[in-house]
Amino acid sequence: MQNPYLPYPVRIDEIVTETVDKNLKTFRFVFLNPEDEQKFSYRAGQFAELSVAGKGEIPIGIASSPTEKGFVMFTVNKVGLVSSYLHTMKAGDIMGIRGPLGNWYPWDVLKGKNVVIIGGGFAFTTLRSSIVYMLDPANRKNFKDIHVIYGARSPGMLLYRDELSAWEQRDDINMHITVDATDDPNWKYNVGFVPTITEQKAPPGDADTYAIVCGPPIMIKFTQPVLDKLNYGHDHIIMSLEMRMKCGIGICGRCNIGKEFVCKDGPVFTLAQLNGMPREY
Amino acid sequence: MKVVKINKQKWTEGIEALKNMYRLYGPVKEDRFHNFTLLEKGVSPDFNFQNTRLSPKGVIYPQTEVMFHYTLDESREDHHVMKEAAGEAAPRAIVGIRPCDAAAFLLVKRNFDTPEYQDPYWVRAYEGTTLVGLACQQPCQTCFCTTAGCGPFHEEGLDVLLVQETDAFLAKALTAKGENLLKAAGWGEAGDGGTIEKMKQDAETRIRTAVHTDRLAEKTIPDLFDAPFWDDVAFSCINCGTCTYVCPTCWCFDIQDEVSGKAGLRLRNWDSCMYPLFTFHGSGHNPRNAKTKRVRQRFMHKLKYYVDKYHNGIQCVGCGRCIRLCPVNIDIRRVCELMNTYAASR
Amino acid sequence: MLEYIDSIRKIAEKILKEGTVEMVIGFRRGTVPLMNEPCVVKKPEDVKHLVWDSSCGVNLANYLPDRKEKIGIVAKGCDSRNIVTHIIENKIKREQLYIIGIPCKGMIDRRKITGMLEVEIESAVETAEGITVKGGGVEKTFRKADVLQDNCAICIHRNPVLSDEPAAGPVVEQQGVDRYEDVRRIEGMATEEKFRFFDDLLAECIRCYACRNACPLCYCPTCFVDESRPQWVGKGQDPSDIRTFHFLRAYHCAGRCTDCGACERACPMGIKVRLLTKKLEKDALELFNWEAGLSLEVRPPLDTYKPEDPDEFIK
Repeated sequence: MQNPYLPYPVRIDEIVTETVDKNLKTFRFVFLNPEDEQKFSYRAGQFAELSVAGKGEIPIGIASSPTEKGFVMFTVNKVGLVSSYLHTMKAGDIMGIRGPLGNWYPWDVLKGKNVVIIGGGFAFTTLRSSIVYMLDPANRKNFKDIHVIYGARSPGMLLYRDELSAWEQRDDINMHITVDATDDPNWKYNVGFVPTITEQKAPPGDADTYAIVCGPPIMIKFTQPVLDKLNYGHDHIIMSLEMRMKCGIGICGRCNIGKEFVCKDGPVFTLAQLNGMPREY
Repeated sequence: MKVVKINKQKWTEGIEALKNMYRLYGPVKEDRFHNFTLLEKGVSPDFNFQNTRLSPKGVIYPQTEVMFHYTLDESREDHHVMKEAAGEAAPRAIVGIRPCDAAAFLLVKRNFDTPEYQDPYWVRAYEGTTLVGLACQQPCQTCFCTTAGCGPFHEEGLDVLLVQETDAFLAKALTAKGENLLKAAGWGEAGDGGTIEKMKQDAETRIRTAVHTDRLAEKTIPDLFDAPFWDDVAFSCINCGTCTYVCPTCWCFDIQDEVSGKAGLRLRNWDSCMYPLFTFHGSGHNPRNAKTKRVRQRFMHKLKYYVDKYHNGIQCVGCGRCIRLCPVNIDIRRVCELMNTYAASR
Repeated sequence: MLEYIDSIRKIAEKILKEGTVEMVIGFRRGTVPLMNEPCVVKKPEDVKHLVWDSSCGVNLANYLPDRKEKIGIVAKGCDSRNIVTHIIENKIKREQLYIIGIPCKGMIDRRKITGMLEVEIESAVETAEGITVKGGGVEKTFRKADVLQDNCAICIHRNPVLSDEPAAGPVVEQQGVDRYEDVRRIEGMATEEKFRFFDDLLAECIRCYACRNACPLCYCPTCFVDESRPQWVGKGQDPSDIRTFHFLRAYHCAGRCTDCGACERACPMGIKVRLLTKKLEKDALELFNWEAGLSLEVRPPLDTYKPEDPDEFIK
């Protein structure tokens, strides 16, 4: 019987500090056993449990895309016991990852459609995975227009800044990068909250257009009315939830919302599904 | 179904013989209550009880269980790599488990043994255990098994059903595992199972209390979730873990790492949705930050979410332990009635 | 004490009708014999649900910390002392409370009764003389004095120390009570014997925290056993973790515990946890001449420093 609690051992290959306040770091992991990488085959939108021996495990969205081979990448916010310890680790250290866990963004449904990605703060990780996946030459033709609205509090708090500007140069993706406020005179992108920029730049909703929304509760709260105004049906709004998790496989019982487990039946839910679930998140 | 008769002498001899083949567990009186313990040589199970204080779920699913061990010593080649803890290999038998507690394992199995994931610790422990049930002829005042999906002579979930007669036991083998156990104990004398049905009906009339669950499925989750009676239900609750820990159908657990020097363990411990930390996010946000929300979660899970998820009745076998042991007398029968009869006003 | 119920209901109805309070915390009839459930009454017509008898051992002061409403509360002697402690510790304000004082004659320990009967209790009726229980074809009457909770048997503060309106006239306080006979017995044990005694005492603990949660003093937003940075106590069944939890909790109650017995009453495993808290109560009495919760005016000894505080331990 395979033990779903047993992590694949990995080595930290590279650590990049993403934000100026140093609270977000991107970790690149390489599997110690090459065959584990096959077993870990994942889809954009899934997460994994990062396991630090002696400290515990944390559920983190996978930031790398399945099209990127040889490593898996996660961006971790320093909030608690395990993440703080993880932030002190170095390249070469050994830890574990369990997964891939959860469901993924509904790529089958999104085929042939316009995709509008709306992200805020450090919830952007699985959205990066999605963008890299869609922009891959093998996949790009499967999607129509791609819009990305991504905002953070200030320029220094944006994730993946080099990639953001590279994407901005491309003509097969529409980038709308924004910050809440900045005193940088050379800032060439938008200034304004994500809901505001969404209202200005997002295409109107229709049968062929889907929105993937991922961000802090406050951003989601104010973006939703905007999407309603733009006529996005609730089954065309895709969201990714967070919840306290331990096992990640729908067994320990703690991450449920109603009868769904966020770790197994989610974390991706459409707004239509969420409307039928208790408001307990 | 083979039925055997076991007289007193054969019973005692058989119990000792079983200890050679199985790690044998049975109810033993400690102080004023019975609990399931490993039976040492010469110790017989004491059937002079209605039910044990703690459910036997702890025999298959210990309160604290080591999942992995690892070393943090970087001079070792396998440092920081998790190693699965070797389980106990010897087969186990529980003698004297009540049918409600055995039915509870089947309910819980749906959680630990799913098509996508199997919990190897629970599944191996459960499959390696033979359950010899003791039919209930004197149910408690607080038992409501017959309306909770099982009953005092319920056979599903058991490998053998024992029925106590005046001077002997009748044992009905229900599965291959059960037959093997009867053979190992040397209990082969044919018995007349004709009286069992009458005794079963007798016992069922002694069940004095009931819950009604017929209208739980037809209500919507949001309607029940937003019902106005939760504040009243939850006021007296002190959010301890008593109900969840004594309940045979509660299964939630926590995973913890503990380190001593350079040696480490990853353990799992029983956990309870009653505790505030259960859903506490690293960010500080807690979706169930108020006592009422946590109490509501427990009853919604047991009497609604489980019903909707598995279409096989409520997540309760009517053993009554939570009713007897809740320090403030919150009664699941009362809550079930409130939920079953609730009509959302539109 | 059964006769108190009429005046409790009358007072509760009055203070709700007059708007003196928004809610009254009391007891309603339980669903099993010898148990009552704490409840809230908000409408004057609902006071008929309130009950009072000798199965009202739960300490209602446990429901007070951090509430913002105006609250009427039924309080026995020990409960009232916990209310005093809550006010001193800023968990509730005096102005919020209307205390219906109960001069208490002691609560029944239902486990003592089940221990004396071989059968399950099917019904229990309390009269002025005692408790008559029926079960398994057997009927037996117990004298209340024989089945009191351990803490009630040695109680010396049966009358509420703080109250807005008593539900009855005061009862006579017990005199010449030796409160610490069992503590002295343990103090007299040799170290090895004492260690084994505590091991046995705590062997049944299932870390449900009923004792902690039933205790009015335990109101920390995050209990020390739940801290993770750093983690002080393991969460499993390791005996050293179980001991740490119980010993430290007793220490956190030192100088504050009123021996209301809620902890022992709540424990599903029947562990006599009062043996730990009573030791600290005895120490507070002997070192500082202190009994918790008797006066709103005096700050507790662990709160204050006086030059004459004993300091033998740091010589």
